[in-house]
Amino acid sequence: MTKSGFVGFWRNAFVSLAAIFVMTVTLSVIGIALLLNQLLHTSLDQIRSKVDINVYFVTTAQEADILGLKSSLEALPDVAQVTYLSRDAALDEFKKHHENDQLTLQALDELGDNPLGASLAIRAKETSQYEGIQAFLKEKQSLEDPAKPFIRETNFYKNKDAIDKLTRIINGVEKFTIVTLAVLIISSVLITFNTIRLAIFTAREEITVMRLVGASNSFIRGPFILQGVMYGLIAGVITLVLFYPLTIWLGNMTESFFQLNVFHYYINNFSSMFAKIVGTGVVLGAVSSLFAITRYLKA
Amino acid sequence: MIYFDKVSKIYNGDSVALEDITFQVSPGEFLSIVGHSGAGKTTLLKMLIVEDKPTEGKVFFESLDIHSIPKSKLPKYRRKLGTVFQDFKLLPHKTAFENIAFAMEANGRSDAEIAENVPQALELVDLGTKMWNFPHELSGGEKQRVAIARAIVNQPDLIIADEPTGNLDPIATYEVVQILKKINDLGTTVIMTTHNKGVIDALGRRVITMDDGKIIRDDAEGKYVL
Repeated sequence: MTKSGFVGFWRNAFVSLAAIFVMTVTLSVIGIALLLNQLLHTSLDQIRSKVDINVYFVTTAQEADILGLKSSLEALPDVAQVTYLSRDAALDEFKKHHENDQLTLQALDELGDNPLGASLAIRAKETSQYEGIQAFLKEKQSLEDPAKPFIRETNFYKNKDAIDKLTRIINGVEKFTIVTLAVLIISSVLITFNTIRLAIFTAREEITVMRLVGASNSFIRGPFILQGVMYGLIAGVITLVLFYPLTIWLGNMTESFFQLNVFHYYINNFSSMFAKIVGTGVVLGAVSSLFAITRYLKA
Repeated sequence: MIYFDKVSKIYNGDSVALEDITFQVSPGEFLSIVGHSGAGKTTLLKMLIVEDKPTEGKVFFESLDIHSIPKSKLPKYRRKLGTVFQDFKLLPHKTAFENIAFAMEANGRSDAEIAENVPQALELVDLGTKMWNFPHELSGGEKQRVAIARAIVNQPDLIIADEPTGNLDPIATYEVVQILKKINDLGTTVIMTTHNKGVIDALGRRVITMDDGKIIRDDAEGKYVL
């Protein structure tokens, strides 16, 4: 049975070639989808991590009060992280930032006192949650004693437009990729299925004779399913080989644009890519063969 | 051995292919079924190899109602039959040997059995020397003899031959019939359809004559009468 699977593969070399070619295209689409998805996620994560709300305090604010606010913020379920920047640290950062700007540094020295207030940088788990955090801060601010100000300002409204826009873009991109990929994958699967059906169609005479001489259905199916699995296996390996130069070529481009080098990603995640692509190929080949052959076994 | 019990087959509601067919075949018989084209001979054989189901009535093989066999058990039943067709149904890309070996592989026989039995079967049909020829290198009569060798190689209880001489010249026809007779003499039951008068008259065995889906004659030592 195994032997006749291999023999069938070679005797129908041309049809086999067509099936492998189509499957390679299918698997490449799936592979590109996997990489694209990874790129989008990495860059979205990066953009998300840059979004935050900064709360600036007046210079007279007590550190204990700030830390109190920090822990109450951290208690909110939507908050991922709160980073505290003390007055001194803010000054250090300012100096470092302007270390080549003697004029500014001189002006700072002449002031004598540290003009910078402490601040908190708040990061939410999801960009959509910033609104809630902002409301919380607003409430805090409104409860303050006007004679003893605490929060100088929050920069949310400066960020709000950017955050809203980003949220919309993220959702849009995700929907678009899902729909595009679904269409591509479904059409590639259908083409593969049809090509394998064609490969089996050329053997229908053989199937008729097999049935007449009393071959069991599993005996008839076996070689064709093996053939399908081989198509998938070979197409999978070809796809993986093709991805090597492709990712090298795209590596630098994606590195500067998405901050992720696909080539490094591909090499580092090779075993998972291998499992996904070759696995998909084998399953696709076997299932397509099974469906195609079942048509001829109905009596 | 085989019993047709009031079998009728109606296609598409009104086209009657078989009507109330009842007959019996005993082990070791050589039965010929004759009739014009469209008389229902092939439909009758299709019932026997379960390619088609009767609209009414039952067909028994020994005590088994063959149309109640579940699909998964059907190959096992078909292995008890050897089938020969007018168009040979040989696989063009396999040699005579491979065509026969293929039927044995399908039955799960070992390579050793195949190496032993295939030449024997080819010897029986006088084709020992053409074992490695492809079907396109053989004459019609030789092709049909390969098909017969394939049908008998699994030692079936029954050989079903649908117009086995339909495409053959008189000499090849004579040879094929002689081989079927030889197989029958060795104990295998044979059911053959034909409309070759010469074949029937030379055989002198049981003949069922069909017309319009009905059995009109059943003679123990029949002649071709139509």
